[in-house]
Amino acid sequence: MQELLWIFISALLINNFTLAYFLGLCPFLGVSGRLETAFRLGLANIFVMLITAVCAWGLNTFILPYAPYLRLISFIIVIASTVQFVEMAVKKLSPDLFRALGIFLPLITTNCAILGLALFSTSKGYGLVEGLFYALGAGGGVTLALVLLAGIREETKVLDIPKVIEGTALNLIIAGILSMAFMGFAGLFSAAG
Amino acid sequence: MNQPTSIEKSRTAEEFLKGIWKENPVFVAVLGMCPTLAVTNTAINSLAMGLATTFVLAFSSLLVSSLRKVIPKQVRITTFIIIIATFVTVVDFMLAAIVPQVHKELGAFIALIVVNCLILGRQEAFASKNNIRLAIADALGMSLGFTFALLCIGIVREILGSGSLFNIPLFGSGFEPWVIMIMPPGGFLTLGFLLLFFNWMQKRRKEKAEEERGETRYEEAREFL
Repeated sequence: MQELLWIFISALLINNFTLAYFLGLCPFLGVSGRLETAFRLGLANIFVMLITAVCAWGLNTFILPYAPYLRLISFIIVIASTVQFVEMAVKKLSPDLFRALGIFLPLITTNCAILGLALFSTSKGYGLVEGLFYALGAGGGVTLALVLLAGIREETKVLDIPKVIEGTALNLIIAGILSMAFMGFAGLFSAAG
Repeated sequence: MNQPTSIEKSRTAEEFLKGIWKENPVFVAVLGMCPTLAVTNTAINSLAMGLATTFVLAFSSLLVSSLRKVIPKQVRITTFIIIIATFVTVVDFMLAAIVPQVHKELGAFIALIVVNCLILGRQEAFASKNNIRLAIADALGMSLGFTFALLCIGIVREILGSGSLFNIPLFGSGFEPWVIMIMPPGGFLTLGFLLLFFNWMQKRRKEKAEEERGETRYEEAREFL
């Protein structure tokens, strides 16, 4: 149990997918203009990552031992199509949830954070339960980073910022400072362990 | 195939050149961020990533462009991704065989070339609509621009973060490396400041152009009087 908790915390804070591994940066920089949108994108990310963890575990256990060269292709195709099926199911079963997350799903199915999750969790040899906790931590970490950046960006809108720095340059510098703050979590493991 | 006319030739050159500077994928379009920031802690890694991307982009563009009339429109994105994933698998195994050290350092980021938006973007926006020669010119130009941008970031980060360039130490023992530059925040900050620098250059150029225009208008007005 404790190990599962460490997997979760490690993916959430210490090895934050966005701020330490640079995964999922396109939506991070693109959709983080408004706090609410950023939060919903984060939730959609968690959702897809949980599906990904199940797919990655299934493929890695049953298919890939026989055909290791199919790793990338099978991950992408299986994840993308499963997400599409689940999307249809959600649309049918819970229109509210679909309305909240729907538009983001196609955007993130082939996102680097999703493929990165599949690759990292299989190369670390996680089982199904560990993989799910890893996905939850990673998705939570992405959401956290998105919400933090969106919050700061909303504040910068009312500030008097020099014209040259506006846009991507400013976002990257804010992200750099956030990433620096997250480096402070690196001692968490050694202090407790 | 018939000989390319001079207009076609100049168009090829134009498509090749635009990727390097005017439409640089990293500095102007801000595409393909994950590899750009993740592997650029040394110049060698940047170069390896740039070359791997070049290989994948060139061959994917070649295949997509030559199959552009066969691929059905509804499943084109899926087809592009399968083609890209195939070449990434090739590059992954190739690097593991030729330069195992670099392959180990780049780790999963080689596999993540599949989801580099730059590559899929070029297939969708260019290779699937143009003939093979233009597609290759575009792919090579874009990947050269990408490699150039990666090298810019990698060189800055390695010089400041380790005090060396291509593993050759540059400074004496008195140099205290900025460790932060080879850590993740350094990637964000370096790219942020490089973009800032380019914005500033562009702004200055625009102001200069306006100033000159203003002067000529003044002269014209004087002549008129």
